[in-house]
Amino acid sequence: MLRFIGARLLQSLVALAIISVVIFVLARTTGDPLYLILPMSATPEDFANARQYLGLDRPYVEQYLSFVGRAVTGDFGMSLRARRPVSELIRERLPNSLKLAAFAMGISLAMAFPLGVMAAVKKGTGLDRAAQIISVLGQSLPTFWVAILLVEFVAGRLQWLPAGGISGFSSYILPGFTLGWFVVAGLMRLLRSGMLEVLDSEYVKLARVKGVVEHRVIWMHALKNALIPVVTFAGIYFAILVTTAIVVETVFAWPGLGRLAYEGISSRDFPVIQAVVLTTAAIVAVVNLSVDCLYAFIDPRIRYGR
Amino acid sequence: MSRPVVDVRDLRTHLVTRWGTVKAVDGVSFAVGEGETLGLVGESGSGKSMTCLSLVRLVPRPAARILGGQVLLDGEDLLVKTELEMQKIRGRRIAMILQDPMSSLNPVFSVGMQVREPVSSYHGLRGRSLTARAAALLAAVRIPSPVERLRAFPHQLSGGMRQRVVGAMAIAAPPRLLIADEPTTSLDLTIQAQYLGLLKELQQEHRLALIFVTHNLGIVAKICDRVAVMYAGRIVEMGPVRRIFTRPAHPYSRALLESIPRLGTRVARLVAVDGQPPDLARLPGGCAFAPRCPRVMDRCRVEAPPETTVEAGHVTRCWLEMR
Amino acid sequence: MAAEPGALALPEVATPARLASSGRRLPVFSLGIIGLFMLVAILAPLVSPADPFEQSLRNRFKPPVWEEGGSWTFPLGTDRLGRDMLSRVIWGSRVSLAAGVLTVLLASAFGAAVGLVAGYSGGRVDAVLMRVTDATMSFPVILLALILAVTVGPSFTNVVVAIAVILWARYARVIRGQVLTLMQLDFVAQARIAGAGAWRIITRHLLPNTLNTLVVLVTLQIGYVIIVEASLSFLGAGIPPPTPAWGSMISEGREFVTSAWWVSLFPGLAILLVVLAFNLLGDWLRDTFDPKLRQL
Repeated sequence: MLRFIGARLLQSLVALAIISVVIFVLARTTGDPLYLILPMSATPEDFANARQYLGLDRPYVEQYLSFVGRAVTGDFGMSLRARRPVSELIRERLPNSLKLAAFAMGISLAMAFPLGVMAAVKKGTGLDRAAQIISVLGQSLPTFWVAILLVEFVAGRLQWLPAGGISGFSSYILPGFTLGWFVVAGLMRLLRSGMLEVLDSEYVKLARVKGVVEHRVIWMHALKNALIPVVTFAGIYFAILVTTAIVVETVFAWPGLGRLAYEGISSRDFPVIQAVVLTTAAIVAVVNLSVDCLYAFIDPRIRYGR
Repeated sequence: MSRPVVDVRDLRTHLVTRWGTVKAVDGVSFAVGEGETLGLVGESGSGKSMTCLSLVRLVPRPAARILGGQVLLDGEDLLVKTELEMQKIRGRRIAMILQDPMSSLNPVFSVGMQVREPVSSYHGLRGRSLTARAAALLAAVRIPSPVERLRAFPHQLSGGMRQRVVGAMAIAAPPRLLIADEPTTSLDLTIQAQYLGLLKELQQEHRLALIFVTHNLGIVAKICDRVAVMYAGRIVEMGPVRRIFTRPAHPYSRALLESIPRLGTRVARLVAVDGQPPDLARLPGGCAFAPRCPRVMDRCRVEAPPETTVEAGHVTRCWLEMR
Repeated sequence: MAAEPGALALPEVATPARLASSGRRLPVFSLGIIGLFMLVAILAPLVSPADPFEQSLRNRFKPPVWEEGGSWTFPLGTDRLGRDMLSRVIWGSRVSLAAGVLTVLLASAFGAAVGLVAGYSGGRVDAVLMRVTDATMSFPVILLALILAVTVGPSFTNVVVAIAVILWARYARVIRGQVLTLMQLDFVAQARIAGAGAWRIITRHLLPNTLNTLVVLVTLQIGYVIIVEASLSFLGAGIPPPTPAWGSMISEGREFVTSAWWVSLFPGLAILLVVLAFNLLGDWLRDTFDPKLRQL
């Protein structure tokens, strides 16, 4: 099992390295990176000075290595717009994003599990139908659109919940739901199909034959097996969560990493974008790694191999 | 004769499929006593497995429904019990061994957990006494190093071992009736013989009534006392093994027996049962075997024969026997 | 050369005959919506009542025809710059559908190729390819699009590239799984014995049997891609204005949601309808061809 984790860790590092190379290459080859870094009013001397200061006259490989070196120690340069170190910005915003993501995942899991399992158990009934409708809608609705409408109606007209910003528990609700919605839909569908398959299996039949009580058959014997495909997809869903988070944070003016990214795009603030991408990629890698460990934990066939 | 352990009377189970309603179990009646082994023989789709599932009321819903009849276990009719009552009966008084050992055990739980579960549920044991009992059960089915095996996972065991584990779970209570649905079909021949021997031992030790489902007449000859031959959801012949094998009354039974190649004799052609298995959704009126029967009469196509007694303890459904 | 048996002889492959006899009702709603939007997208210049780029400050924020102050000149109202909403929504369908279809075709072609090669080759090749695939699959699409938007500038091509570069991994995984299952069956061994080379086996034997899965996956993914494209346009990292794109239209209408709700509502509805239609169609296809693909 250690070998398994080691392999995945290596894989994550390689992935991160590739991303950093991509960013680096894109910045260098799509025009003089200085254009991205210096303000509009820079003079040719400023360019020359900057070039030397930033070491852009040194060979590419050297540049890349120093770039990586600094990135690893947390130095991402200065934000053009805010004129502050980017790492500071990230340190401010990151916890907010994490809190929102955790909240959203929490809601999603709390809703998706009972719904998904019961939809499978009560296949064909009204509950199942409803669950399927929720699931399909959830994956068809554009998040940001729903977010805007929610802000308008629930926060604006009805004034039930705050429209944005971070201000106590109630401000988590709208963005949290909007963020988690897509995940709930997908998770529920996965759980339902996984459970349907497992409930048909021989070992579930045998459990019933043994006289195991029905609710134990469902929630223990069956569910643990149905979790396997869910966990497999969890990594992908987290990536989707990250994608959606950027949009949600923008709409709800949530002071997180996603909003930072949006501001970065609008103002073509390259150092910020670069830092956000790398940070997010690192987080995604960590999450995927944890999910893989979880996977090994659930499925003994992975743990003990052959 | 004392009351049989299980007494099935006119059991009917129907299956609703895309192609029509299938009478999977169509008026099946039989009884098995303590220490007795009844073999249930037939082609795929003859209703053997569905009969067994009907006995424990685990037919696949919502497509399948038990329509009528009685299943008397020690005199109590199981078909009128509530689901909760059935959950108490399953495993404790009726146990079942399924066909495919590769898929019968839950892959994500250890062998120990799966064996402990019924033991704890039936006998209320906990902790060390529970583990000891579980290990003892594994030993009873002749699994070497039982205590270590408890920690193993199903994928680490061979097919034969897994089937033994299933056997261990089956005798955990121990039950009154054991249903074995083709338990050796997926096993190697040498393992098969060992397993059959094990089953016989367990049966004798616990005085189990044993229903053994198989399509292999050789096994029937070896371990069964009586045999019931099923075709298209009905029992077409039933009686003592010796009797059925030497003087089969029903043309289908006769065809089955004749199709077994015998060592030492040379034949020009191997004998097979003519024709195709019946389409259960569209059975012809009359005897279901009529289209394939070498001795079919006009009457057979029109009217389904009732159960008639050929001799004491030997019954069949065939117009040939009604003289 | 001996005939190669089993090229399409697997029972799981749904030939048209089997479809007809399976008795499933066609998903009329989905096909209708998709057909409608496709037609509208292709015939946009003919169908749209006005020029989507034409601004008219005099006609700003006209409400839809059924509201007070609306008129049939602008059935769905106008936006901030007086542009006709109906025309913009119609023209927006071009962008969304083109992005969706093109991206998915690119990603599926590449991904299927990788999956076929990986599944067929096995061993080291397979291991390496799958490592790359897994790493790619869990990368958030939007980040790549962001980088491209900031370095190269937002454009249609960037959107397609950014999404396709991540999306192909999904296809590779699924197709490889299918190929592995197919390889267990005898007909591949038979083909080899008959002297078929790798290319022939892959194209004549393996690929046709994976087409079912491909079709299902493609259909299900188009909806997802359309939403991603819309999200990118919404953020400003997608199709740049003034080209009408549903995402950016919603973004433009954001500030006026209270007063001029129609500017954001109709593009969103369009997205919802199209994506829903593709998802339902994909589900229907999956249930028809092979319910075992439920996990898609």
